[in-house]
Amino acid sequence: MFDLSGKTALVTGASGGIGGAVARALHAQGATVAISGTRREALDGLAGELGERVHVLTANLSDKDSVEALVPAAEKAMGQLDVLVNNAGVTRDNLFMRMKDDEWDAVIRVNLEASFRLMRAAVKGMMRKRWGRIVSVTSVVGTTGNAGQGNYAASKAGLVGMSKSLAAEVASRNITVNCVAPGFIETAMTDVLNEKQKESILTTVPMGRLGTAAEIGTAVVYLASQEASYVTGQTLHVNGGMAMI
Amino acid sequence: MSDIAARVKKIVIEHLGVEPEKVIESANFIDDLGADSLDTVELVMAFEEEFSVEIPDDAAETIRTVGDAVSFLEKKAAA
Repeated sequence: MFDLSGKTALVTGASGGIGGAVARALHAQGATVAISGTRREALDGLAGELGERVHVLTANLSDKDSVEALVPAAEKAMGQLDVLVNNAGVTRDNLFMRMKDDEWDAVIRVNLEASFRLMRAAVKGMMRKRWGRIVSVTSVVGTTGNAGQGNYAASKAGLVGMSKSLAAEVASRNITVNCVAPGFIETAMTDVLNEKQKESILTTVPMGRLGTAAEIGTAVVYLASQEASYVTGQTLHVNGGMAMI
Repeated sequence: MSDIAARVKKIVIEHLGVEPEKVIESANFIDDLGADSLDTVELVMAFEEEFSVEIPDDAAETIRTVGDAVSFLEKKAAA
């Protein structure tokens, strides 16, 4: 089950905790992976760890031209692109009344607009092959909202609506488009929280612990697999029961 | 039949899986050949690839029949 041998995948934001775990999980199932991110050192480290079937592609997702070049580069490196994982994301948290235009723009540009451009580019090759998987990593806050994250929540909810629309357009071509919505996951993003903050967060999580990046990777593997062929336009929530939607 | 017309016909047959005799000049992709809107986008992409041309959206909208495609591509080739 969930064998990805012979499949190729592009994972954005692979220099981060969740993106790295997603790349590891896809690779472990046999996929060839192209890992992209902003931090070259982290990408090289991950590539060294994975050994074979890995390509490092650096990209700056806040730059339109850099985004447009990414899918063609992945197709060139791997011959084709079967699976696109939109994982890259940034936060610029601020209370609504204090939020600056550039904080709004930066988050929308990377989280939503870059994903749009990557999906538009990737779906072309997938249409030709009559097979494809697109998985976007969103967030529980895209559904529940979160104080101080108006921009981030908008970008993640936007990804969900965009994914559903594309899912409807390309379902007949055996291309599925889904989202994975993590709750609180142990990463550099949550490491900055102090014990007291963590404790208070955990009171909202029935599972009583933070999730691991590997648990997100597993969810992405499922949606990328042949076995998930009848699942499209969905969001798989991986949040320890924090929000049951 | 011109070389361009033959190549267009081949692409249409392959993409839409229709009988060759149905692919006549006046055949409308959607009404006569059973294409949906996504098929027409794919056809335009296939024409772009086959003939190494760019077909902008407003031009693509005017290509409704096999004959429309052939005359558009013939004009492009002549230009």
